[in-house]
Amino acid sequence: MTTTTIKARSQGREATRPRGRAAWFVLPATALLLVFFFYPIATIVWRSLTEPDAGFGNYTALLHDGLSVKVLVRTLVTALIVAATTLVIAYPYAYAMTKVRPRTRAVLTVIVLLPFWTSLMARNFAWYMLEQRGGPIERFLGLIGFDGVVLLGTVAGVTVAMVQVMLPFMVLPLYSAMEQIDPRLLDAAGSLGAPRWRAFGRVYVPLSVPGMLSGFSLVFIMTLGFYITPALLGSPQNSLISQVISERVSKLLDFGGAGALGTVLLGVTLLVLFIVSRFGGPARALGGAVTHD
Amino acid sequence: MNPNSQEAARGIRIKGVSKLYTGTSHPAVDEVSLDIADGEFMTFLGPSGSGKTTMLSMLAGFVSVSAGSIEIDGRDVSRLKPHKRDLGVVFQQYALFPHLSVTKNVAFPLQQRKTPKAEIARRVAETLDLVHLGDYADRLPGQLSGGQQQRVALARAVVYEPRALLMDEPLGALDKRLRDQLQREIARMHRELGMTFIFVTHDQHEALTLSDRIAVFNEGRIEQVGKPADLYERPETLFVAEFLGESTGFRGTVDKAAGILRCGGHELRAPRLDPELDRCAGVAVVRPERLKLHVDDTEVHAEHNHIGATVTEIVYVGDRHQVGLRFADGTKGLASHPVGSPLPAMPGEGVTVSWDPRHQAIVRDHAGGPAAPAAVPAGA
Repeated sequence: MTTTTIKARSQGREATRPRGRAAWFVLPATALLLVFFFYPIATIVWRSLTEPDAGFGNYTALLHDGLSVKVLVRTLVTALIVAATTLVIAYPYAYAMTKVRPRTRAVLTVIVLLPFWTSLMARNFAWYMLEQRGGPIERFLGLIGFDGVVLLGTVAGVTVAMVQVMLPFMVLPLYSAMEQIDPRLLDAAGSLGAPRWRAFGRVYVPLSVPGMLSGFSLVFIMTLGFYITPALLGSPQNSLISQVISERVSKLLDFGGAGALGTVLLGVTLLVLFIVSRFGGPARALGGAVTHD
Repeated sequence: MNPNSQEAARGIRIKGVSKLYTGTSHPAVDEVSLDIADGEFMTFLGPSGSGKTTMLSMLAGFVSVSAGSIEIDGRDVSRLKPHKRDLGVVFQQYALFPHLSVTKNVAFPLQQRKTPKAEIARRVAETLDLVHLGDYADRLPGQLSGGQQQRVALARAVVYEPRALLMDEPLGALDKRLRDQLQREIARMHRELGMTFIFVTHDQHEALTLSDRIAVFNEGRIEQVGKPADLYERPETLFVAEFLGESTGFRGTVDKAAGILRCGGHELRAPRLDPELDRCAGVAVVRPERLKLHVDDTEVHAEHNHIGATVTEIVYVGDRHQVGLRFADGTKGLASHPVGSPLPAMPGEGVTVSWDPRHQAIVRDHAGGPAAPAAVPAGA
């Protein structure tokens, strides 16, 4: 036991040595973030507390205007649904990626990344065409007996498009987590008396939790701030939080109120990250338990 | 039911089992048949790619059988899923569940069997004591050394008292000291549990020290099955002779009627020859410790074979000298000489090598055709 501790400690020392120099490498990125990210955020928070009057007036107004809370809840629910749906679709896809031959895997990866290389606007307009009244989706649903279902302008229509946009952000973290799982563990579970499906549930799924958490939080947070897709495919009655913020800034010139909404959104995002890191902490420690302890 | 008939059927029976992977032309396992007795320690020994691990995977049910059948206690299990075979498996890379503590890993198979909680706790504790890991019950596998992880894997594979324990190169990932230590523990567990152990390795020392019987695998087939001493002293094929331990081979042609192996101008006495080998190219295989070294042939026992050679090197290995030899035709040989007695020759000098013909094994030459040029001392 003593030897392992000593080894771990000396490894730790080796790891710390280049850290002093490494500080210089992160300087450009830090400077950029300070000027173009933290300063504007600080301004937004400041304005939300000072315009038009100093105090929490903007925040209390959010609670009482009858719209903001509703939009915030709708945004959170939409983000949850999008993240959950993406997870359900991406999980078997990522699992298949770990099972196929390298060449097939390359093809599957390209298929996932394809949307990345297509303009977001182009994809949104494509969805617009698909979802509009008389479009292919309505006609197809009509064929199988669901008449008059128009997705355009509904939360469902927005959700479908957002799931498609978000898929790569779920598939890639899931795949990288699943790739780490030793397939022999399922053989081991089988030999110990677990049928295939139970081995999967008791061994594989828990080991893929880190990938699920990082994919889920990534998609959830990105969906919270989505603007173009809900603006194009949704409707004013079903608007999400970024549309409301945009409207306040560009039409009402209510910088204070928009700032307050933005700050609340940021708070929610940080809260989600905190919760996920709470769940993900022990799971992440599994990988390198020897050196970290 | 008659208990005797039940007794007779106990054990594992491999009947003409083959495995042909799709997209390959040579079977990985080629019509292997083997009976493994109840409680036996059987080792599959062979180089990588010899089919030993594939055979084990078919026993465990991870790999399907292309032809033949596997019976456990008279029941055909060839088509059963792994979880219904009631076998324990230990993998080279441990395959512990990284998200479960040591206790939960060992409890896993018992939970699958719906064992009552109190009994699970008792048996897990007992089994962890058996592998001396009682103090590590709450650790995660990642916090243990390789040797400790493999002992957890052993505990997990025996805690539910499976019909047999299969081990796939379980010591392959460990350093030498740990390997020796765990080897002794595996031998002890076999004694204490009385369970059938099937052990796969490419390490001849592991095979010789642990096994009741060894099956030597080569190119998908079993070359020979036998007790360690039988395989070492009486190899039936050149492959077994060369794979298991060091040896010197004298190539020649078998003459059954005269009871000799003709090596060029030399005649080696060869009693008890296999009739099938008559007039075939044969090799007389002799282990290093059976070769005696003499200054000349005057002191050679009348009934022993002897051949002249040149000493190429002498290596002191503590308990003996390893003496490298070269015969007239260039064949290399190896003798071990006790440290206590004086060396009859130094490197570069001539020496006479003798051995008792009862300690040689005559096997068919690889080529199987006419005799190759043999070890013929020029001046003899």
